[in-house]
Amino acid sequence: MNFIEARKLVHEYIRRDEEDNVESILTALDGVDLDVKQGEFVAVLGHNGSGKSTLAKHLNVLLAPGGGTLWVDGKDAEDADNLWAIRQSTGMVFQNPDNQIIASVVEEDVGFGPENIGVPTAEILKRVEKSLKSVGMIQYREHSPNRLSGGQKQRVAIAGVMAMEPKCIVLDEPTAMLDPNGRREVLEAVEQLNREKGMTVILITHYMEEVTGADRVYVMDNGKVVMQGTPRAIFSQVDTLKSYRLDVPQITLLAYELRKAGLAIPEGILTRQELVEALCRLY
Amino acid sequence: MLRDITIGQYYPAESVIHKLDPRTKLMATLVYILSLFLFRNVAGFAAVTFWLLLVIRMSKVPFGYMVKGLKAIVIILVITVVFNLFLTPGETLISFWKLRITEEGLRNAVFMTVRLIYLILGSSILTLTTTPNQLTDGLEKSLKPLNKIHVPVHEIAMMMSIALRFIPILIEETDKIMKAQLARGADFESGNLVKKAKAMVPLLVPLFISAFRRANDLALAMEARCYHGGEGRTKMKPLKYKRVDFIVYLAVAGYFAAVILLRRF
Amino acid sequence: MSIILDKVNYVYSEKTAYEIHALKDVSLKISDGEFIGIIGHTGSGKSTLIQHLNGLVRASSGGIYYNGEDIGDDDFNRKELRSKVGLVFQYPEHQLFETTVFADVCFGPKNQGHSRKQSELKAFTALRSVGLPEDYWYRSPFELSGGQKRRAAIAGVLAMEPEVLILDEPTAGLDPKGRDEILGLVAGLHKERRMTVILVSHSMEDVAKYVGRLIVMNRGSVMYDGTPAEVFAHYQELEAVGLAAPQVTYLMHELRGRGIPANGTATTLEEAKQSILQAFSEKCR
Repeated sequence: MNFIEARKLVHEYIRRDEEDNVESILTALDGVDLDVKQGEFVAVLGHNGSGKSTLAKHLNVLLAPGGGTLWVDGKDAEDADNLWAIRQSTGMVFQNPDNQIIASVVEEDVGFGPENIGVPTAEILKRVEKSLKSVGMIQYREHSPNRLSGGQKQRVAIAGVMAMEPKCIVLDEPTAMLDPNGRREVLEAVEQLNREKGMTVILITHYMEEVTGADRVYVMDNGKVVMQGTPRAIFSQVDTLKSYRLDVPQITLLAYELRKAGLAIPEGILTRQELVEALCRLY
Repeated sequence: MLRDITIGQYYPAESVIHKLDPRTKLMATLVYILSLFLFRNVAGFAAVTFWLLLVIRMSKVPFGYMVKGLKAIVIILVITVVFNLFLTPGETLISFWKLRITEEGLRNAVFMTVRLIYLILGSSILTLTTTPNQLTDGLEKSLKPLNKIHVPVHEIAMMMSIALRFIPILIEETDKIMKAQLARGADFESGNLVKKAKAMVPLLVPLFISAFRRANDLALAMEARCYHGGEGRTKMKPLKYKRVDFIVYLAVAGYFAAVILLRRF
Repeated sequence: MSIILDKVNYVYSEKTAYEIHALKDVSLKISDGEFIGIIGHTGSGKSTLIQHLNGLVRASSGGIYYNGEDIGDDDFNRKELRSKVGLVFQYPEHQLFETTVFADVCFGPKNQGHSRKQSELKAFTALRSVGLPEDYWYRSPFELSGGQKRRAAIAGVLAMEPEVLILDEPTAGLDPKGRDEILGLVAGLHKERRMTVILVSHSMEDVAKYVGRLIVMNRGSVMYDGTPAEVFAHYQELEAVGLAAPQVTYLMHELRGRGIPANGTATTLEEAKQSILQAFSEKCR
């Protein structure tokens, strides 16, 4: 069985007026199928309001499925008894770095999760140290989060999840509020966790540059999964992506334009290096 | 504008005071505050001053940094001085127009000012040397007996520590909102009281909306990290008294006795 | 008409442990009708710089002149300056507060002392020019999507009819389409109204595509000031301070290194495309 298996997942936000009559129904997830294997790096792309955040919140059971089935780590997400086990095995990092740091000292924040699940004191200290090291923030352990940069705050948040020793980490637009350096820091930390610790990563974003390193990409629109495949396969469909309010990295777009203009460049160029090589071969 | 407030901020340093058990610091602060309202002569004043300076020195927090925190209470200080100076009956020292300053008034004004300043300085040592989490841990543990009469001690402590974490963030946000509205020609300063109160609406609405949003986000983040109340929770830094705590308790007791004794002179 | 900055310095929390020299001897001349991009790291001083331009922050030393008048003078009307130099902050959530979008946009003109009717007229024009569909005008601003909120916030400043429009990272957090729409709107305002526009951005690709002049801030100083092509010619120096040129600029240099005569000053996708196609067609001839 896959680590995450969602079948025909549905979620509706129902708005009611004062008399409890249904005013409007917004279908945020509309029959989503998702399969993620242990150790995979999966990216979920989609414009704002495409349902990708709603999907993320299901993986950690912050939202309960309104229809369909969801299994995480071999456990049924609809069974209330599995709630804490799933939340421990699938950690979550949110968009706003300020709104997810609970404590006023970095290391105390990282210790918050283990405290909640009743880890003994000596073990918490070990985990905190290990997690902070794994995101390169150990030298800030006694600092206040308020004076850290956005990228550093997000790495603290990742360490806070790591300290719970999850098998999978879901990141819901972790870089949307960061500057380019912060984005790079966070992305490098995440890729390293995936590569070196075999952590399963689900990255939700609308920055196309961030998903080139993913094993697989899902594209969402209007609550549905509309495309899935390797980054190369996805990025070779420039016009389809544009119709979903998305974009491709500048280099991919240039390769696409050159191809349209008649140069025999292969489809789905992802990096600058690839384009240089392709052009040199033609020249 | 608002970034100068130091009350409630933690100042990281390696000092004896920083390492004390928060319960010890809470008790010492309580005794100190009590002593402020007990001294009534220069000798008592000297003892309190000596104690305060000693503790500030030991805390390794720069004195200038602490004094900056006083800016926030300047208005209260001025009001205190004016009230005491002019409204205390007694021997007239100077009088002009309809006002007169009495000897008792002067004395009261000086003592009250000193008390207020010392109160802020003393209690800011507590917050500057104790992380909010330690502080709330200390309160939680000291107040644990109240659990028996169904006071949700853990929840209150958690709320306090979150409030402390978000105060600087909200202050900064207020600053940003203020600037955004100033850029649209808002005026927070001129006009009478009603007009001023009305001018706050464009500031308060975005601030409240943001605060609610943050609260909502934070609740989700806490749940995602398996927070489910105080039950079954362990502590990363459990409170344990060390030898130095007992020494400090003795010193505090000695200090308190000295202040009481000095009242006789 | 122009804004001149003469050796402007700004120091935060002076004489404390947290003292920050946010601006160091910044001298600039901003002329009428320019479209300027400002880039730099968080903390490079770019936000502080733009807040000086409308008098929200007062320089610690140096002079700022708006049309020849010193804005630091005691009798200079800074409130009026703020309606001439419109500043849209990064998060629209920080300024939207009224019950409807329309009422919110009226806030600026009302503060300027216009009558209700005049204010509404200005709000009407401003909302039109940002392209927010009329269905949204009488809804609560908090129901809007991220991109629509930006539009409402920009309208709120445009309604004051400023001569200069400054936008602090107007595309942060928007999806690619939303980003293009907002930048297109800003470029349109510059083009159609000949408005002076200053755009603070993190995205090299975005500024290269739109602006005529680029100012790079680093550690409180102006590091480069010129056309995008001039500035990005220093791509190695930019890299040394942790900034970068657009991806295509690197590509062009790498192609030249491999013997393809690509144009090293190309900074936009269109320029790069033309230059590569030209290189190939010349080869065939």
